[in-house]
Amino acid sequence: MIEVKDLHKAFGEVKAVNGVTFTARDGEITGLLGPNGAGKTTTLRMLYTLMKPDSGQVLVDGIDAAVDPIAVRRQLGVLPDARGLYKRLTARENIEYFARLHGVENAVMRQRRDKLVDALEMRDILDRRTEGFSQGQRVKTAIARALVHDPKNVILDEPTNGLDVMATRGLRAFMRNLKAEGRCVLFSSHIMQEVAMLCDRIVVIAAGRVVADETPDALRAQTGEANLEDAFVKLIGTEEGLAA
Amino acid sequence: MSAMLTVWWKEVRENLRDKRTVFSALVWGPLFGPVFFAVMMNTLVTHELKKAEGPLKVPVIGAQYAPNLIEALKQQGLVPQAPLADPDKAVRERDADVVLRIPADYGKAWTKGEPAQVELIYDASQQGSSTPRQRLQDMLKRYGAEQGALRLLARGLSPSVAVPLVVSNRDQSTPQSRAGLILGILPYFFVFAVYLGGMYLAIDLTAGERERQSLEPLFANPVARWRILIGKLGAIGAFSLASLVLTAIAFSIAGHFLPAEKLGMSFDLGPGFIADAILLELPLIALFAVLETLVAAFAKSYREAQTYLSLLMIVPILPSMVMSFMPVKAAPWMYAVPLLAQQIGVSDLLRGTPVSAASIGMALVSGFACAAIVGVITAWVYRSERLAISA
Repeated sequence: MIEVKDLHKAFGEVKAVNGVTFTARDGEITGLLGPNGAGKTTTLRMLYTLMKPDSGQVLVDGIDAAVDPIAVRRQLGVLPDARGLYKRLTARENIEYFARLHGVENAVMRQRRDKLVDALEMRDILDRRTEGFSQGQRVKTAIARALVHDPKNVILDEPTNGLDVMATRGLRAFMRNLKAEGRCVLFSSHIMQEVAMLCDRIVVIAAGRVVADETPDALRAQTGEANLEDAFVKLIGTEEGLAA
Repeated sequence: MSAMLTVWWKEVRENLRDKRTVFSALVWGPLFGPVFFAVMMNTLVTHELKKAEGPLKVPVIGAQYAPNLIEALKQQGLVPQAPLADPDKAVRERDADVVLRIPADYGKAWTKGEPAQVELIYDASQQGSSTPRQRLQDMLKRYGAEQGALRLLARGLSPSVAVPLVVSNRDQSTPQSRAGLILGILPYFFVFAVYLGGMYLAIDLTAGERERQSLEPLFANPVARWRILIGKLGAIGAFSLASLVLTAIAFSIAGHFLPAEKLGMSFDLGPGFIADAILLELPLIALFAVLETLVAAFAKSYREAQTYLSLLMIVPILPSMVMSFMPVKAAPWMYAVPLLAQQIGVSDLLRGTPVSAASIGMALVSGFACAAIVGVITAWVYRSERLAISA
């Protein structure tokens, strides 16, 4: 479970995150929806302790990120906005590197790696160097690398960005699977259809603030719009930066 | 396997797959010095020997006025050349190193017993003219002294009357120390190897990782950043060390191809020298690793880091340059200054002068202390939020 309480983060004059509060529960998919530049990536970066919030609190499975950032990172599997694979290493070596950094035993690591490789259907690219991988192959490798330590909480920053239809469908199925395994899945997106389709709970962020935190049905009811797209536009106040 | 070792092994393996890094750290860096050195020394020595021992070809103007003089000079190795119309110009334009001119009134002065004048025309600013000029001058002096002695004898005096003072030169240099003078530039090649050996890794592991956006996922792992940093520094150090060891071996092989004995010099490039030189350079491996990483951490891109580090390469040259232009006496405190310690230490070792354990110890302590200080700064920069974020 990931709890976020009143997060603030400014870069100079710009208030990137200006009071974000929400909770992502185990066994649910929580979507962080907002236009480009709304503060989604900055919020997620504070969750996985890459950045320190100016104020506010992040709790992952009850552990305070400000008190023990390393323990928090141990509880998380993170696919950052920057996928950053090692080009001169194979997909397998990329995955094994992160497994070792998490201190996963070799035997356990092999077992988990094989399971992820099957679930992500990436057996054919496993022993190729990642230089020249397609966007879809890169995301698959980065996800396998992020989840090889079997984390209870999974953070995915715009996971379907740049993927084709088939890869996107596969990834959505994979996320539903993570939810079925009882994990807490938090992902960000600026694509409304995707969020509406996958999420148990939607947190809408605009200009660094949470403007709604509801189930898709409640969101429709709250705004009085039958169509989710209209509901979002009403909440955010503009159509800018959103994709259908 | 601990996190630091994991990072270390991954970086070493990844960079061994990079042709440019391997070439610069393990081929170019270690071979540049020794090959350059052997070629330069051989060319230089061959050139000098030719000038010092071969027949001396000098254009002579007015040879007909002093046939006896010319005959005596010929016996000393002079090969007179045809006279030149414009000796001043020929010398300035390097057509001749030196020209001998005998005036028309030479014979008249000689028969009268007055000092007869001859002229040497040369350009002292032209490199290479000094040896032939010196040789010609010595020949003339010898002829003058002989003729003076003959004149004294003819008048019933002992020639020693005219020699009230004799200078006897006692050169205290040993063959090793004369070699050390010429080999003054050699210590720099060791420093160069250490610097270049780690440079591409330092760029790749910080600026490169950031540019490829792999630093952010790496920092999302439950490993403290200083542990990651130590792993990376270790990888840089491993490449530096490999480069240094290869350089030392290459030099010791190149030593067999240096024409040292022709110059009456000898130097020690044996296993003892190699071991001591590597020991002396060890702190530089640590110092350069942290320094290069620090600079790379400030750069926004791979290319920028490369520019900064190429400029920084001038710093290790400084002690070598200063020492060769202003040879100062090595004082014990110099071993407390990194870079300077390596410079004088390695030149002493080359010269065959043993370097005391205390001096080596001081070089090690001061070098590693400096590396530790820069290391703390680097670790502090590594903690910054901005480091991981590429865009």
